[in-house]
Amino acid sequence: MTINAVNLPEKEYVLPGNRLCPGCALSLAYRHILKALDGQVVVTVPASCLTVLHGMYPVTAVTVPCVNTPFATTGASASGLVAGLKALGRKDLTVLAIAGDGGTHDIGIQALSGAAERQTDFIYICYDNEGYMNTGNQRSGSTPLGAISGTTPILGKQQNQKNITAIMEAHNIPYIATVNACYPLDLYEKVKKAKSVQGTRFMHVFTPCPPGWRFPFSDTIRIGQLAVETGWVILYEIEGGKFRLTSASESIARKGNLKPLREYLSQQGRFKNLTEDQINELQEMVNARWQLFLKRATNS
Amino acid sequence: MDKIETIQIIDGNQAAALGAKLSRVQVIAAYPITPQTPVTEALSEFVERGELDAQYVAVESEHSALAVCTSASIVGARAFTATSSHGLAYMHEMLHWAAGTRLPLVLACVNRAIGAPWNVQNDQQDSISQRDTGWIQIYARNNQEILDSVIQAYRIAEKVYIPVMVCYDGYILSHTEMPVSVPTQKDVDKFLPKYKPHTILDPKNPKNYNLVTLANPRLNAENVLCHGYMEIRYLLQEALQNSRETIIEAGNEFGKLLGRNYGLLWKDNMDDADIAIVAMGSLALEAIVASDMLREEGYKTGVVGLRVFRPFPGREIAEVLRGARTIAVFDKNISYGLEGATCSEIKSALYGSGVNAVIRNFIVGLGGRNVAARELADAVKKSLSPSADNTLNKECPEWICYI
Repeated sequence: MTINAVNLPEKEYVLPGNRLCPGCALSLAYRHILKALDGQVVVTVPASCLTVLHGMYPVTAVTVPCVNTPFATTGASASGLVAGLKALGRKDLTVLAIAGDGGTHDIGIQALSGAAERQTDFIYICYDNEGYMNTGNQRSGSTPLGAISGTTPILGKQQNQKNITAIMEAHNIPYIATVNACYPLDLYEKVKKAKSVQGTRFMHVFTPCPPGWRFPFSDTIRIGQLAVETGWVILYEIEGGKFRLTSASESIARKGNLKPLREYLSQQGRFKNLTEDQINELQEMVNARWQLFLKRATNS
Repeated sequence: MDKIETIQIIDGNQAAALGAKLSRVQVIAAYPITPQTPVTEALSEFVERGELDAQYVAVESEHSALAVCTSASIVGARAFTATSSHGLAYMHEMLHWAAGTRLPLVLACVNRAIGAPWNVQNDQQDSISQRDTGWIQIYARNNQEILDSVIQAYRIAEKVYIPVMVCYDGYILSHTEMPVSVPTQKDVDKFLPKYKPHTILDPKNPKNYNLVTLANPRLNAENVLCHGYMEIRYLLQEALQNSRETIIEAGNEFGKLLGRNYGLLWKDNMDDADIAIVAMGSLALEAIVASDMLREEGYKTGVVGLRVFRPFPGREIAEVLRGARTIAVFDKNISYGLEGATCSEIKSALYGSGVNAVIRNFIVGLGGRNVAARELADAVKKSLSPSADNTLNKECPEWICYI
């Protein structure tokens, strides 16, 4: 059954009224992730915006068991949960680790890489808002070239993003997917699929951040869609080593109607100091990546 | 399986691994570091041979080792790790996290010097540096005490919900074989019941562990006032202070079942002693040799060995040292800018106790520097000489080294 807005399970695991900023794409993503897993999870979370969503003791905004863990340890914490559940013979729970891009690309990459190399049986989701947003928007390994942040305040970031999904692909894990919080049904389907696979499953979730990226709270979905429509974000799956473009990206590939990247960049205050050279460099990077992915899609 | 206790000739690392095996640990996560490495190898072998039904997680760092143990323990599994030196330092954040979560983990710390510069030999700087992380710390004198203490550690930890570090000297114990009585599994099972976790992971009764917690108490959804961060910290301190009773009870119960009694500290020849030598770990055994030499020379010396460093047995120390006129404290660690850590604790314990002894602190054996009994004896004699005030600085510790 294809999921749609009508037959999406009604049960909510994220209670209304959490502490995230208005327009936060993480709220949207997390809501659908937990729906897809029927709440039969134990979640482990490092310091991140998701910690803020979860609330402050003794009140929490989620109705699933959760283990908070120090910043660098998400992959290790998940490994411990998996080992503990196995040791006790419990097969009822999926271990779900969720961390931001700082917790994944930067401080948590060692523990994540270790867990993936050990083929730990869990789902790891990186929600990527392209910076340290919980501490007020500082540059991370996922902040794009030219973006202004608290630690690249005038010139913007001078380097390109780290390709975390490619790094995870190099771990030979059975399931990888990129998703976008602004395409919740695609996200739902992919999490469902991830649940059915054994081993380390990695998902990269693109989560636009209104205050950090400097766009109006009401524009989250539009920004997220523009990211896909311009090829900034490409939605795909690598299942058992087999690559395929999915949902909106697959449709754009079929129709060949990629929009100019400028449409996406110009909507965000963080890119306001981009030079023409940088815009061209980013456009060329997007073009090259798009061609590469089209080739991969054709070959597989 | 053996029906009766057997004597085996084993080194300290094997004793620690056997202790963990007999405790039926369910999750082990460890990362190799000299001189702890043989513990990890022995435990993986137990698991691969099917002699121990446990999950062995070969992590990529010590930080992850303790994170794995912490999360496995929240699930309700009995978890074990072992490390040394830089590994323990790397775990520092997780040491706080484990104690803050009140998880009954057991960690074997094979005491080793810490860099820079590199050094793989023994001193106790590594575990002493972690004394404020909220863990119980036990120091073993010999390999028998390592094995017995690991087993007792689980009983203590699981009763008071505080993690326990069992420390033993690298190489001096870890790589030195000696006879060890290995209890039967049946006896250990009698001593150590199954772990009853205080944490629950159940979607029907969802709990969120270690949420952001404000300093002040706060109302929950049912309008019940719940602890703030400060109250949670107070409870850890209270539990750690009170754990002394559980440690003593576990030591006595172990004695009843297995014939070897354990307390917070032990003493040798202290009944009539007016000169007390205090040390911790295997150093205390060397101190006995020194004390015996001094006895032969006519001095009334005795030795106090600290077994438990946290909670610090202040009352017991004051009691055992009440007849001492001179106290020589030997430390294999240094709290830079002050003195050896055990000396500070002893001075603090004696404050207001009525004991008015001369207390001398000696820093010895750092980075594996050999500690000879003769040197310890000479140091004690130096403390006694009428000109001691001229030759020894009271404010600062004396280092037994070439400077």
